[in-house]
Amino acid sequence: MGKKLLLEHDHVPGINSYSVYREKGGYASVEKALKTMTPESLVEEVKKSGLRGRGGAGFPTGLKWSFLAKPPGVERYLVCNADESEPGTFKDRYLMERIPHLLVEGMITSSFALGAKSSYIYIRGEYFYVAKILEKAIEEAYANGWLGKNILGTDFSHDCYVQIGAGAYICGEETALLESLEGKRGNPRIKPPFPAVAGLWGCPTVVNNVETIAAVVPIVNQGGEAYAQIGIGKSTGTKLISASGHINKPGVYELELGLPVEEFIYSEAYCGGIRGGRKLKAVVAGGSSVPILPAELILKTAKGEPRLMSYESLGDGGFITGTMLGSGGFIVMDDTTSIVKNLYTFSRFYHHESCGQCSPCREGTGWMEKILHKILDGHGTLADVDLLWDIQSKIEGKTICPLGEAAAWPVAAAIRHFRSEFEDYVKNPGNIQDVKHYYRLNNLQPA
Amino acid sequence: MPKVTIDGHTIEVPEGTTILNAARMIGGEIVPPAMCYYSKLKTSGGYCRTCIVEVSKGSEKDPRPMPKPVASCRTTVMDGMEVKNLTSPALLEARAGVVEFLLINHPLDCPICDQAGECHLQDLGYEHGKAKTRYEFPRRTFEKIDIGNYIKLHMTRCILCYRCVKVAEQLTDGRVHGVINRGEVSEISTYIQNAIKNDFSGNMIDVCPVGALTDKTFRFKSRVWFTKPVDAHRDCKKCSGKVRLWEKGEEVLRVTARKDTYGEVVDWICNDCRFEKKKIGDWIIEGPAKIDRHSVISANHYESLNQLKLAVARQRNKGGKKPALGEGALNPNNI
Repeated sequence: MGKKLLLEHDHVPGINSYSVYREKGGYASVEKALKTMTPESLVEEVKKSGLRGRGGAGFPTGLKWSFLAKPPGVERYLVCNADESEPGTFKDRYLMERIPHLLVEGMITSSFALGAKSSYIYIRGEYFYVAKILEKAIEEAYANGWLGKNILGTDFSHDCYVQIGAGAYICGEETALLESLEGKRGNPRIKPPFPAVAGLWGCPTVVNNVETIAAVVPIVNQGGEAYAQIGIGKSTGTKLISASGHINKPGVYELELGLPVEEFIYSEAYCGGIRGGRKLKAVVAGGSSVPILPAELILKTAKGEPRLMSYESLGDGGFITGTMLGSGGFIVMDDTTSIVKNLYTFSRFYHHESCGQCSPCREGTGWMEKILHKILDGHGTLADVDLLWDIQSKIEGKTICPLGEAAAWPVAAAIRHFRSEFEDYVKNPGNIQDVKHYYRLNNLQPA
Repeated sequence: MPKVTIDGHTIEVPEGTTILNAARMIGGEIVPPAMCYYSKLKTSGGYCRTCIVEVSKGSEKDPRPMPKPVASCRTTVMDGMEVKNLTSPALLEARAGVVEFLLINHPLDCPICDQAGECHLQDLGYEHGKAKTRYEFPRRTFEKIDIGNYIKLHMTRCILCYRCVKVAEQLTDGRVHGVINRGEVSEISTYIQNAIKNDFSGNMIDVCPVGALTDKTFRFKSRVWFTKPVDAHRDCKKCSGKVRLWEKGEEVLRVTARKDTYGEVVDWICNDCRFEKKKIGDWIIEGPAKIDRHSVISANHYESLNQLKLAVARQRNKGGKKPALGEGALNPNNI
């Protein structure tokens, strides 16, 4: 097992309570930051650590923090994006459910670095029970003087609030999240201005993922340079991966960035291999919106080097032969999986979750879903496959927010790597009426 | 002042000008189409994506091109920026894609739609659309609803430009309509079929780029190209009173605000002027209105009719034949 920073004390009974968490060295980062560091030095430390946003885009966190506008007399806010809605991703839920104090501690330390007097944890509606766990943790933090006025006798005061969303995927987009947090319809804003200049209630705001904020705790405790030693190249530190699909041991794993994908899938310490010893067919490496890769390309890059779990290695080859680390939603599919059916499920999701603000996404997502449904029903034609390709290319890059891209990429990748399968569906409609069509087409035994 | 080059035309514009407005300052063919942006409404624009342009050079300081096409209505120019609109085939292809998206669920009921002839989507369709649709599924439909005594909402035709919502927000007090639901099934609606009652609600009809909001006092009375636009004014306590009358014979069929080249209202007018004053005697006539728009409606003002007569006369003087119909100013609608 590799190094663990966030889930180090995951196995300790009662770690969700304040007393046990404190015993295991909890809140040390707040003490260290408030007593020995200035906000500027803390931001510098995060820059040195090379920490990159864990929500999906992988933007350097220190750089993001340094962009925060600081006009005098204007409030600044830290908002934690806990609207974890990407299909295949469930790491933030695990972290908040098991070690809620780690997030609260990270919120206080990060807010000190940003000079925010208030911070918000925006959590998705379906996680209402997790919100209760967080609220209890915040209450305990107040009771023990980690939140409130003059924390540890310094002149830093801070309040942290939990806000429950209504369960919309789009509210995970940072500006839609801010709109929703302000009590409005969760529609993404048109950028610029960016939240760092005008975010929550028009004030400078930083929006970070749960895991990013939690990672600030070990960075402060060990120092940025020590953190940067972990990992590989520009992918520093550890990453939580939500592994799901046809593997023997699905779950949340913390791994040091740079671990070979092959080891992650087959080693007993992680996923434990494919169920029933079957053949690996494809992997969606970073949540449903990143391009799917066939087995040969996920284990090795196009250059023949072993593929590693890191931002660079997974991104190697662009979208032609590569993918993205994304949010770490690692979905493994064995040889019984129908890519077309899987794509239909993804497309149905994006159609349902499109906010309807801009035309390409509002109209295009529904259109793609309908065509995929037609192909699945056995009425597809080869022209439909080309049409799908054309539609996705007309959505990508033409929308206000990245949901358009998130809807277009899976379609593009599935057709790029598994076109023959789409053609199978079109050419052998007779086989498709059967639920087990895919097994028959490929001479497989159902799992 | 920043200098921007659009399709090879360079212009110096005030700080903070958007690419679209810079293009409008240059004028002519290079102006990107806009379905949701409305210069008179704050925060409008950015939704329809028809005004996208390619930025081939970001600025003098940072000459990198922008990776994706940008909405020209919401992107401000930088000094030294170079923009491609008509000169980029890839961009025109992308825009045709946006137009296709706008059309896949739009009913093709132009023959019975009151907006036909002055509809921005119709113009766009002619320009970028194809003769045949690639969309083979049922189009989404909604029930028609009455919002107040004067306005009919036909949501099926709506392209969700948000203009009418912004009119209600910025022109009247107390907005009672907005967008409900999400994604493909979002719709403009009032809260439980509430009536929109205020003196300026009629402006929603003028800003609607399609036939989703129509004037109930004009519905199905006439095709717009059979009516004659005349500028007129009256002494109104509520608004400027400067309007455009649409006459057929002695009758005033419709009163709207005056609009500029881009189809935008010049002065907002009140509901009294728009819906209640339908007699010629109510108005002081200024003269025929010139409509300078690339649309069917432009083909029907006195000027082009005169041009037609002149063209015919010229041809006859030359001893040639009568020119064929449909050539340039010789539109069948004029005859």
